[in-house]
Amino acid sequence: MPDFCGIELKHPVINASGTFDAIAARRVYGEALLADFPFSAFVSKTITPEPRVGNEPQRIWETPAGMINSIGLPNKGLDGFLAEDLPQLADLPVPLIVSVMATGHDEFARLVKGVGERDEVAAIELNVSCPNVHSGLIVGEQPAETEALLEALRPLTSKPLLVKLTPNVANPAEVAAAAEQGGADAISLINTLKASAIDPATGEPGIAAGHGGLSGPAVRPVAVAQVRAVAAVVRIPIVGMGGISHGTDAMEFIHAGASLVAVGTENFRDPRAGNRVAGEIAGALRADRSGAPIGDTA
Amino acid sequence: MTAPFGRRLCQVSESRATGGYRLFSLIDTDGPEPLPGQFYMLASERHWEQGGQRPFLPRALSVAETGPAADGVRLDFLIEGIGPGTDRLCELQPGESVCVNGPLGNSFSTPRELHQISGPPGRKFDAVQPSGAILVGGGIGIAPLALLRRSFAAKNIPTRVLLGFRDAAHSGGLDELFSCCEIRLASDDGHAGHHGYVTDLLAAMLEGDDAASAAVYSCGPPQMLEAVGAMCAEAGVACELAMESPMACGYGACFGCSMPKPGGGYLRLCVDGPVVRPDQVELAHA
Repeated sequence: MPDFCGIELKHPVINASGTFDAIAARRVYGEALLADFPFSAFVSKTITPEPRVGNEPQRIWETPAGMINSIGLPNKGLDGFLAEDLPQLADLPVPLIVSVMATGHDEFARLVKGVGERDEVAAIELNVSCPNVHSGLIVGEQPAETEALLEALRPLTSKPLLVKLTPNVANPAEVAAAAEQGGADAISLINTLKASAIDPATGEPGIAAGHGGLSGPAVRPVAVAQVRAVAAVVRIPIVGMGGISHGTDAMEFIHAGASLVAVGTENFRDPRAGNRVAGEIAGALRADRSGAPIGDTA
Repeated sequence: MTAPFGRRLCQVSESRATGGYRLFSLIDTDGPEPLPGQFYMLASERHWEQGGQRPFLPRALSVAETGPAADGVRLDFLIEGIGPGTDRLCELQPGESVCVNGPLGNSFSTPRELHQISGPPGRKFDAVQPSGAILVGGGIGIAPLALLRRSFAAKNIPTRVLLGFRDAAHSGGLDELFSCCEIRLASDDGHAGHHGYVTDLLAAMLEGDDAASAAVYSCGPPQMLEAVGAMCAEAGVACELAMESPMACGYGACFGCSMPKPGGGYLRLCVDGPVVRPDQVELAHA
């Protein structure tokens, strides 16, 4: 029974933010979703201070062993989330981790306070793949920006704060160390890799925005390398993700130093992928006594 | 009736060429019988993603025909190979297995239901006896209309069918899917029926005396759906369109199948559609 930042989880598999809409899935699959919920904790789609409609289509593009997306964080904003989505997410049989993103400390603070004071929320994930409107720099690409953000937010909530790192940096371990220094309780990585693909029919990018984020098995070796690098420099737990579609993939991340793993793109192909991967991990651990103890980061 | 949670393996019972398309059948031992307009996410069990290549994501296909089978429900899909995913599905052989998620999405309304939804304020549409359904299909888009036609026939709803094709090679599926009803054809090359667009046939039909109390159902290329939606709006005729979009998941997770709404924002075609009324979407931008 993994213990993650003081939260007891049934197994070590959660979802990557933005890859599973539990409210829509319940409409589609009914109560069977709750009876057999695929993840041991549910990470919400990222919410922002104000509502966003998302990017114009085309938003997704299939690539070899993966896909590029540029969805644009459609969400109801903080007030809409708290009023409409949170009560429904509270029905889920697992702890809730809410992903938040803003473009400045004040706005981030509003999100962390607004979400953090709700009993339904177990933890908060900070999506730092966004520019700081004041400095113009992508927070998660700059160790100093990341540390400053954590120092500003840490006093605002007693809930665990996860920092979701971007892989689009030369040295993610530096950013992870800065997040830990600033008071983060856990690191999650990787977010998607910046990518583009050209539609041979038009000679133009397949994604309307011109580029997006690459995910799926194609990114897994990059993710494993980054998890290893981060695990070498931080003591806080790591949620490893990037192209996990099977328990053997998840075991790579666990051996690389992750306490939990997240399934993302594979959810699109298999709605029950979380449970399946959890079962495959359990089988692999039984077979491999040398496996790292999951969830035990002491 | 909700879809079984998760994907399951279904065996291919048949696969054959029909005109320029292929028609393949799966035996679903676990799922409910789908409603007209609903779709499934499909990926072959073998030679899908393997080798680290495409196809990677499952493909969304609407059901063309369904019925009871000895050990479950038979699902027929009409398909044209236009890329790595549909090419692979075209190669399916009897006995192979396919990963199936569904039935997904909403379904078509009856003419009476549609009149009740679409009726202008102050006009008692529910008191009007709908004159029947007009089905307008283009190319591979005839698939969901075939199941809809059979459903309407079972409900004794008078149905007229207008179908358009590019050329003789692409008029496949007709004999198999619409064999027992009266249809009017249009073809781009004039090989069969009206030489021109199927929307020409619809325009003539909408000039009929009983058009206003009819309901139009359409599926086909985006430009065709845009034209059908505009013509029905102009004529004040209730209408539903089955639309298509790239989608990774089919159950609301990926937000890839966004369709612009009038006044801003997007709906997700997989969970808010794929059947929509023209007033629910910005067709010009679809």
